[in-house]
Amino acid sequence: MEESGSVDSVESLSKDVTYICPFIGPVRGSLTVTNYRLFFRCTDREPVFGLDLPLGALSRAEKIGAATSRGDVSYGLVCKDMRNLRFVHKELEDSLKKSAFEVLMKFAFPVSNNMSLFAFEYKQVFPENGWKVYDPLAEYKRQGLPNESWRISKVNDHYELCDSYPAALFVPVTITDEELRRVFSFRAKGRIPVLSWIHPESQAAVVRASQPMVGQNGRRCKEDEKLLQAIMDANAQSHKLFIFDARPSVNAAANKMKGGGYESEDAYQNAELVFLDIHNIHVMRESLRKLKEVVYPNIEESHWLSNLESTHWLEHIKLILAGALRIADKVESGKTSVVVHCSDGWDRTPQLTSLALIMLDSHYRTIRGFQILLEKEWLSFGHRFQQRVGHGDRNHTDADRSPIFLQFIDCVWQMTRQFPAAFEFNEYFLITILDHLYSCLFGTFLCNSEQQRLKEEVPKRTVSLWSFVNSQLEEFVNPLYVHYPSHVLFPTVGIRHLQLWVTYYIRWNPRMRPQEPVHQRYKELLAKRAELQKRVEELQREAANRTASSSSERAGSPTRSITPVQTFV
Amino acid sequence: MLSLGSGGAKSTKPSFVSYVTPEEIKAEKDPPKKEKHPDLLPGEVEFCSANPILKYSQDDLSQHGVFGTLFCTNFRVTFISDETPQEKTAKTFKNKLYGEKNDIPLMCVDHIYGVYDEKRKLITGGLVKNKYPSKMIIHCKDLRVFQFCLTFTKEEDAKKIFQGIAHHCLEEKSLKCVFAFSYMGTPSPGTDLSFCREMLRKQETIMFDSPEDWTQEMKRTKANCRLVIENKNFELSQRLPKYFVIPLAIGDLFSYQGKGLPIWCWSHYSGCALFKASFPPVTQEDGDFQKHLETMINAVAHNYLYSVKTEDLSESLPNIQDIQQSYNKFKQFFLIENSTDFWLSDVKWFSSLESSGWLDIIRQCLQKAVEVVECLEKDNTNVLITEEEGTDLCCVISSLAQIMLDPYYRTLMGFQSLVQKEWVAGCHAFLDRCNHLHQKDKECHSPVFLLFLECVWQLVQQHSPAFQFSETYLTVLSDSVHVPIFSTFLFNSAHHREGVMKAESPLAQSGPLSCPTVWDWSVQFDSKAQNFFYNPLYSEKVKHEKAVRKPHKPKHQRQLSLPSTAFKTPLKKGFFKDETDSLKKMLQVKRLSRWMGSPDSPAATTREFYESWQHRPVDYHGLLLPCLDGPAVRVWMQRYLRWIPEVYILGGGSVAMTTKLMELLSQVQDLKRVLEQRDTSQAAKIDHRPYIQHRLLSFGSSGRLSSSFPFAYTRNRSFKPIIPTGLMQRLMVTDSLASQEDEASSVASFV
Repeated sequence: MEESGSVDSVESLSKDVTYICPFIGPVRGSLTVTNYRLFFRCTDREPVFGLDLPLGALSRAEKIGAATSRGDVSYGLVCKDMRNLRFVHKELEDSLKKSAFEVLMKFAFPVSNNMSLFAFEYKQVFPENGWKVYDPLAEYKRQGLPNESWRISKVNDHYELCDSYPAALFVPVTITDEELRRVFSFRAKGRIPVLSWIHPESQAAVVRASQPMVGQNGRRCKEDEKLLQAIMDANAQSHKLFIFDARPSVNAAANKMKGGGYESEDAYQNAELVFLDIHNIHVMRESLRKLKEVVYPNIEESHWLSNLESTHWLEHIKLILAGALRIADKVESGKTSVVVHCSDGWDRTPQLTSLALIMLDSHYRTIRGFQILLEKEWLSFGHRFQQRVGHGDRNHTDADRSPIFLQFIDCVWQMTRQFPAAFEFNEYFLITILDHLYSCLFGTFLCNSEQQRLKEEVPKRTVSLWSFVNSQLEEFVNPLYVHYPSHVLFPTVGIRHLQLWVTYYIRWNPRMRPQEPVHQRYKELLAKRAELQKRVEELQREAANRTASSSSERAGSPTRSITPVQTFV
Repeated sequence: MLSLGSGGAKSTKPSFVSYVTPEEIKAEKDPPKKEKHPDLLPGEVEFCSANPILKYSQDDLSQHGVFGTLFCTNFRVTFISDETPQEKTAKTFKNKLYGEKNDIPLMCVDHIYGVYDEKRKLITGGLVKNKYPSKMIIHCKDLRVFQFCLTFTKEEDAKKIFQGIAHHCLEEKSLKCVFAFSYMGTPSPGTDLSFCREMLRKQETIMFDSPEDWTQEMKRTKANCRLVIENKNFELSQRLPKYFVIPLAIGDLFSYQGKGLPIWCWSHYSGCALFKASFPPVTQEDGDFQKHLETMINAVAHNYLYSVKTEDLSESLPNIQDIQQSYNKFKQFFLIENSTDFWLSDVKWFSSLESSGWLDIIRQCLQKAVEVVECLEKDNTNVLITEEEGTDLCCVISSLAQIMLDPYYRTLMGFQSLVQKEWVAGCHAFLDRCNHLHQKDKECHSPVFLLFLECVWQLVQQHSPAFQFSETYLTVLSDSVHVPIFSTFLFNSAHHREGVMKAESPLAQSGPLSCPTVWDWSVQFDSKAQNFFYNPLYSEKVKHEKAVRKPHKPKHQRQLSLPSTAFKTPLKKGFFKDETDSLKKMLQVKRLSRWMGSPDSPAATTREFYESWQHRPVDYHGLLLPCLDGPAVRVWMQRYLRWIPEVYILGGGSVAMTTKLMELLSQVQDLKRVLEQRDTSQAAKIDHRPYIQHRLLSFGSSGRLSSSFPFAYTRNRSFKPIIPTGLMQRLMVTDSLASQEDEASSVASFV
């Protein structure tokens, strides 16, 4: 990667390494390991074969078998980005020097080795500071907040009540901070119901939370009930409130054993509880594991479809999108406020709220708007990126890992497929985000919460992914984008219209790669569009001049066919 | 479609529900009773009608619908709503012959089901006589589903209409009863056939019904073969085209009895060529068959450098019955009657698709075509494909190979010419395969032509910029097969066509029959609608020859890479015979049905071929190969999902993209034209079209076009999302993961 070229330092260089490529067979070349990436090159082949991988993408690295009689060692690397790599090389005679594998283990898992992540070393300067992209107050102001019904509360200013929530919280004006404090103790991990988004016209609000600590005895909390009533009252259009519990009802009920649970309709008057049947992080992790088995390295042609079905991956995507659709529908069509929660409110909840927000608010479909959405719904509200991704941690069996964020990006991709002109960004933008979710080059996705990031001084000591992205926006622009200010998108969630994201999940398979990279084509299209638009403008100007000079009457003329239009793209 | 109440309110409340008694309806309906009749086409005759009939809305489970009159004519079944249409929806894509919404050409009816006492039964001849059902469900070949309730109308009317429809749609009939023979549609400028042909010539669709067409085609591809005109009056065979082209080395034509003649399809610039053949006639002596095969192969080998590869398609591909069976299974997934069905089947969608095997058949055909292409392009050997009749899978494979190899066939006119060459002139038995006459004999029905269009669609979606035509064009073409007006799809062979067309038609008193070919698109669509046939992303050759106004596009884009070979001149007859034995050693021929010289499986070598092609920079005017891996072969969404409201994407779908592009590009063209016109003549009233003309297409103004556009119209449907029902029951996660706590740290304790 060029942007790191000046910074990362070569730690190990081994010649005569064989990369066992599952697609083209063994390739001999040289393997370089730096403190940031792994780099394999073979110059004997035509075309030159290269492999470049940030070490952050490694989930697991291990030697396979013992050294053979010929002194070859073999090791396999399992990556977070849907591929596995295998290298074979001669064991070094000189045992004093560290082997490439040891170097790899050291820098791939710095956290396990008490070292800091590469993001803290990376000092590239970009024209824009991406850490400034999200200013919570500015974002809420865009939504028209605070207003007569909603106020900002400073109760969590120093993260003392909830360490996984942001400092700035929007709550109904009728609820005092004192009452809020009591709600903190009633909601799991102190994640109380706070506003996420408000409809500019109907004032219907999207509110997020964690599960109420109802328990087996059906505990109640007057303040929590009052808070939800206040949320409902803040919206004059509806006398109802919908509570969306992302979990399957069985799981929600099972949570009562552990002190959690869900809102009873007795305690919460006028509230309707809906379960969205989305499964937990473990099910999702397993589903992705199966998917990887099906797509990497080879696809079994004759059973491709049933194999894909057996992973349930697209079915989970469908359930998440369907859930978000129901939320968006209640807010838009029903003009009703909604509360969304799962167990802790940091996995399924941000999936649902951020997808619903993308459907409801066209701002979040712009490049910067999407960045704000991620910063707000995922980062500031404490999606546990460190735990879910396991940055620099060698413990690949950690049950806290789960592809929740990937799943969300997949859902966004599904929407971009269904609405090709509604998003300002292209597919390459989404893939770039995912690649840097793992790369540990940027500080954006480090740590578990806003509080932790501040403690670690992440914004000060690392570069934001948005600095990089916003310095070369043209790479990420969808040329077909049309901006419609208040345009709600309701995607179709039937499996028939969902597709496997081949260009992400199967991108390592050279046969599935398009002949020209998609973003390349996008760029060409973009240039084409600019050219065409310039031409249109010129011609229009000219035409206007002529019309002005010659007396023009605009008689309704018969519409004749135009000749087929073609481009020379 | 919901019938909207009067007034502008977007009420989703239906005007009528089925539990209203017929008496009430009568009372309500009586005063303004005004007979409505369909606008009949010239030559169209109304058989029977019934009123009131309730047409169920497809949108939801409820028994809502619209009352109206159901008609059956000699062309179609049509339903006319009692309600006055709310507004004239300006349809940009209107079929002039039949409206997509409520018209069903008789030929388009696939199956009729009757609901008797809550039980659904397939209507066959026997059932028609007894009782009429309370509800009639019509499944169409273009995958629309109609549901009519017959209980509100008078018993005799209901009986009549049901029996009428069942009779005309299901009973075996003679070709003369097909509407084309009554249709007196006059193509706007007049019925003069030669004039029509002149028009077509200008449009450059080559009909391949004259020696000149074939000579031109040979010239274009620099083929060195022999044009056969001896079959002009079908003396050789009635199963052979009127004119065709064979290898120079073929001697006595008449010894073939019209079977086993290698027929030229296309020549590669290197000189090697693709031939297809039916099996030689089977005689008592086995030796004859062998000998015939050898002569056939030798003749083909002679075409270029004594090399040939042969392939028996009936051995390596599914037969036409397999194809029919697979498609029958496949199409069921799209004939959706209500939402519940839809969401139930959605869960098992992928495995259902797989079990039908349809996508796999598509893959196999493409794979076979790539193998043929590899022989021609990489090995420069002649290829002979064979099959029992030589007019089914031979047509599929040879057409596909030509599309992959020759960019001319990726233009709209080129594609139409290809269909003419390989399918229409090439004697594909459209009448039998499409079962236009509802023959009982199931053996010969098979959607072979549709299979070909499916394969082309795969290529189009993988390499869109290489094709001048759009997927909409392919969809419309696949529908047109079932419109009983076009001579293109009505006959079994050139001989059949000629025989019927020449004969005095008893119904049309005016002498020879003149039905249009399907390529005369103006019969179905106005020119504005025809714009949807063109792919706005087509990357035209940078140097376009505007000046060239030849009827044929002589652009075989690559130059001959090899000097003309020694075998360009015809060989003496004797020479070949004498040399046969030694030649055989030279020839790289083995048995029929075996690809030569490849010890590996064909899949493995084509894989290599594909990969080496993929490494080269993309050239949309060169060789084009499909990716055949599992995820790359897809369902033709536009064709199969266009009538299913559950999958409409309002404001989305590929239409959002194409309309955007079309809008932009046509703006430029319009402006250019306006300027040109102003430049050339300052005449005041020239065709000044305002820039907003294309607004109708634009995403901006209509904004709510659905993904099914331009086919189904979601007319002012209330803008509501479609929320799946009953999600949970299906997704059963059986392992213990599902019940695990989200916060894993409480379960596992790692550092």
